[in-house]
Amino acid sequence: MPKNKKVEYLINFVGILAVFGILVFFLDTGILGKQVNYIRGIVTIALLTIIMVTSLNLTTGFMGEFSLGHAGFMSIGAYSSSIVTLALADSNIPNMLLFIIAIIVGAVVTAIMGFLVGIPALRLKGDYLAIVTVAVAEIVRVAFCNFAITGGGKTLSGIKKLSDVHYVYVVMIICVVIMYMFIRSRFGRAVKAIREDYIAASSSGINVTNYKVMTFTISAMFAGVAGAIYAHYMTAMIPNTFSFMKSSEYLTMVILGGSGSFTGSIIGASVLSALPELLRDFASYRMLMYSVVLVLVMIFRPGGIFGTYEFSLIRVLKKVFGKNKGGADNE
Amino acid sequence: MSKEAPVLQAKNLGIQFGGLKAVNNFDIEIGKSELVGLIGPNGAGKTTVFNLLTGVYQPTEGTFFLNGEKMNGKLTHQVVAAGIARTFQNIRLFKKLSVIENVKVAFNKNMKYSMVSAILRTRKFWKEEEEIDKKARELLALFHMEHLADNIAENLPYGQQRKLEIARALATDMKLLLLDEPAAGMNPTETGELLEAINLIREKFNISILLIEHDMSLVMNICERIVVIDYGEIIAKGTPEEVSKNPKVIAAYLGE
Ligand SMILES: Nc1ncnc2c1ncn2[C@@H]1O[C@H](COP(=O)(O)OP(=O)(O)OP(=O)(O)O)[C@@H](O)[C@H]1O
Ligand SMILES: [Mg+2]
Repeated sequence: MPKNKKVEYLINFVGILAVFGILVFFLDTGILGKQVNYIRGIVTIALLTIIMVTSLNLTTGFMGEFSLGHAGFMSIGAYSSSIVTLALADSNIPNMLLFIIAIIVGAVVTAIMGFLVGIPALRLKGDYLAIVTVAVAEIVRVAFCNFAITGGGKTLSGIKKLSDVHYVYVVMIICVVIMYMFIRSRFGRAVKAIREDYIAASSSGINVTNYKVMTFTISAMFAGVAGAIYAHYMTAMIPNTFSFMKSSEYLTMVILGGSGSFTGSIIGASVLSALPELLRDFASYRMLMYSVVLVLVMIFRPGGIFGTYEFSLIRVLKKVFGKNKGGADNE
Repeated sequence: MSKEAPVLQAKNLGIQFGGLKAVNNFDIEIGKSELVGLIGPNGAGKTTVFNLLTGVYQPTEGTFFLNGEKMNGKLTHQVVAAGIARTFQNIRLFKKLSVIENVKVAFNKNMKYSMVSAILRTRKFWKEEEEIDKKARELLALFHMEHLADNIAENLPYGQQRKLEIARALATDMKLLLLDEPAAGMNPTETGELLEAINLIREKFNISILLIEHDMSLVMNICERIVVIDYGEIIAKGTPEEVSKNPKVIAAYLGE
């Protein structure tokens, strides 16, 4: 590993720990008083929204295909993991282990589903993925409304509350790091090339279908992880939560933040998921607000607020300490 | 051009779009290190020949071989893996990627590290990435473009974009290079640089080239042999001199 990379990773790791420290400071020291549970909830939702939006960005921003059913994949993760943890409810598995099991089940089941959807949809050239994902999400929703095992039209409840905010933070970091490393490798390079020009990509030796299906599967998998976190935070849910509206909300966050920017997704997800909560009184105007903001961004910053910009801690530090040697930040 | 199998051999290659025979009865043999020109009037079917040879279209008739290996039925990326690379008449770069990334994409087919390796940033990952970075810079240097490595491809001037496309094709490590009107839209200086680059890669990589070109002086200058097509059919073959004297060719170019 090149030395400057080692330093960079170390600095980023310290940054991640620092944010964790801030989280602990606010949530565990009683400084927020009685409000703490409410805030903890907002933070948990924001964290899982980050996973949702970043993973959707893989498909939409980096691969350049529209997916309009990301909430559908989230529901697959939510329900599959809940079914397993409900079945294991009477066992003596400690909560942390059970949480890990839930995450893995959500990830694996959803990844398989993403793979099965991706193969036929991504083979075709054109915007078939958008149509297929809408349809799949809808089919899944209707199916979950009818299967006995998913609540049979009623609320599926009694799910254990396993999504502790500290765990969720760690899971979010792991998910984002995995996606980031994926994009910053030969795989991500191929995916971006496909987005730019699939004919040129295949003429450069890239197996277009393979890389597309691979990326879409990973994207779905992380939606499954977010779904598992969601289910084990809410402890009860109905399929209608994971509607087309929900999917469009996530897509809005990707586009607002900047398709093709992790920074944009993280900030977009945090702000847009927390804001309506904090502005409770205006909650019913949320979709209206989204539309207005979206139109404004489209007009003034068509690439999203962050475009494809990525925040880099090391660059900031270099600036602050004036040691900017102007080295390339490429990987 | 002797006893060993030709690098490219196409036999009776043809494709039909609806009622239109865009290419018909196309035969060609290209030997090792040969540079062959493919010329013909607008709409003659030249680009279609390239699309057939790279798996973009599947031929409705005939076969073609690369070093004796049958290529029909292969998808584009498989053809590239076998050793045929191309450039496009209307430049197709990865516009929003940097110059060096454009080249690195084409190295991907020879890279081996797994996804797990990438995520864990293993030694293998760094070793391959560093290797590829070095190779890509060397390739760019060959075209005097190393200082542009971190520029965004779409910001390059036209002539540089053409050269970058060739550099990217070379990165696939091919045996046969197909160039579709590489000098189109270039000014004389740029064309001169291009010629230099083509001569350089021939010396350095020992590859065969099939070149489509409208600029007759360029073709006459650098090609050992020329194939002329019109309405999808070969109307003449031979050395530049022979071809330029051929009455059919003169007729096709002056219009009947
Ligand atoms: N996909 C397609 N479907 C239908 N017709 C096609 C298709 N591709 C090419 N053709 C037709 O085949 C013929 C040959 O086209 P081609 O692009 O190969 O010509 P060309 O020799 O490269 O011409 P130019 O010098 O203008 O580049 C044209 O009549 C074109 O309209
Ligand atoms: Mg053409």
